[in-house]
Amino acid sequence: MTILEILEFGFMQRALISGIAVAAICSAIGLFLVLRKHSLFGDAMSHVAFGGLSIGLFLNLYPIWTAYAFTIIAALGITKMTDSIKIPPDSSVAILLSSGLAVGIVLISLSGGFSLDLFSFLFGSILLISTQDTIIIVFLSIAILAIIAIMYRRLMYITFDEKQAGVSGINVKLANYVFIVLAAITVVTSIRLVGVLLISALIVLPNITAILFGRGFKKTAMISIGIAIVSVVCGIVISYLANVSPAGAIVLTSVAIFLCTIVTRKIRNSIRPKKIAEPNVHKK
Amino acid sequence: MLNITSASPIVEIDHLYYWYDSSVLTLDDISFRMEQADLLGIIGPNGAGKTTLFNCILGILTDYRGTVKLFGKEILKNRKALLSEVGYVPQNASIEQSFPANIEEIISFGLLGSIEKYSRSYAKDQVLKAMQIVGLTDKKNKRFNELSGGQQQRVLIAKAMVHNPKLLILDEPTSGIDQETQDRFYELIRKLNAEEKISIILSSHDLDAVSKLANKVACINRKMHFHGEAKDFFGDENMLKTYYESAMQTHLRLHQFNAKSNPQQLPST
Repeated sequence: MTILEILEFGFMQRALISGIAVAAICSAIGLFLVLRKHSLFGDAMSHVAFGGLSIGLFLNLYPIWTAYAFTIIAALGITKMTDSIKIPPDSSVAILLSSGLAVGIVLISLSGGFSLDLFSFLFGSILLISTQDTIIIVFLSIAILAIIAIMYRRLMYITFDEKQAGVSGINVKLANYVFIVLAAITVVTSIRLVGVLLISALIVLPNITAILFGRGFKKTAMISIGIAIVSVVCGIVISYLANVSPAGAIVLTSVAIFLCTIVTRKIRNSIRPKKIAEPNVHKK
Repeated sequence: MLNITSASPIVEIDHLYYWYDSSVLTLDDISFRMEQADLLGIIGPNGAGKTTLFNCILGILTDYRGTVKLFGKEILKNRKALLSEVGYVPQNASIEQSFPANIEEIISFGLLGSIEKYSRSYAKDQVLKAMQIVGLTDKKNKRFNELSGGQQQRVLIAKAMVHNPKLLILDEPTSGIDQETQDRFYELIRKLNAEEKISIILSSHDLDAVSKLANKVACINRKMHFHGEAKDFFGDENMLKTYYESAMQTHLRLHQFNAKSNPQQLPST
């Protein structure tokens, strides 16, 4: 079966379109999270989203909407709390992660156990994405990328040095709140693709790989988005051909690209002629 | 747009008090003025309140008592507009070493916030000019972590001055840098003050460098011990003696404070 034949299926078209959109937003948001040493923040928010999904399923509401609301409120709440009582970032991740999971587990036990819907959110269900879901994912992804494009210099400066960015007159607090809302929306939007349990891999891996290549922030961001898209497209195709979970295939493709990059760099560095360190001469 | 008159002092501080954690008096009745094109050296031992003073001048700390004015206007009432005329290099800037931005991108950060709108060509010209002044034009595509400590400091200076500030604040910019690089760095500071006419506040432990560079000196150790012409301070043996005694007292005070806070770290003898 060729790639063109695979594309004839409507569900594969929807999977690839929404997959590419999700890959772009996860890597764009993820670059800032990784550089702020908040790599696990995506993981924490996905667990909060799990709590939000459980609320939706428990109350018979559309679970994605309750997940959006719950995750955004929780992300803003923890950011406010971190600001006001100076909780270390890794502790705030722990609080988010365990609280979100706890809400989910309590509601699941109250409703008598796991439902099929919840399983599809835990492990991703890209092959079941409807046309309406695809439209919403693409629309939200364009909106998130547009906001990041507008704010990216400010976000880059805040990520580089928050104190200096504040002294330059940038409203750091506001920018951080906007960013955290974008990150929350990104996580919930991506949950259908890779599921609650593997979302952080799509946020972290393409960026870690791109940082190994990058020569500038913009180039690093572009490389990261490229790697994420390749991982998603290859992962979906592999999952179809090998009849395995798409989320797992996507993440394993990302891991493979990361490992190949490290090995290639090692080989390149070992065969490259060694340079003598440049003297530190100040040119007038 | 803020109307800054050339007659106003660059910095004017009047009876400034600051309590760290609302209880420990860190700045005790500090008052001084800084005129245009001054190069003011701020000296004092560790824990003397130099960085706290800068944080008040920059409006980062807001819960102080007293008046802090930049260019004749109160910082807390006009913070954004006033800071657009200021460049700042913090002490031990906590820069993530794997940050992937290149030097050109990092220097261009200095244009953000301070200038509302600027064209791409203006930004490019300003960044190039700043890189030329600090001597880093050949490093524009390098990453921050590929530069030496001295070069990294020059990048931060270029970033701080890329928007043509009237005042540059440097908080112990040469800590952790070797002597040779420090000398080149001080030469750059002198050039910025003499040729670019930028007023500079430089805090440093290096009294030798301050004596050569600064025309004014403020010696603080919680209180203002001296403010005036550099030659008057460095020409007075009693002043220097007082400075070293005061530095020793602060060192002992900090040691006692740390010992009380962390008794388990005291030597067992």
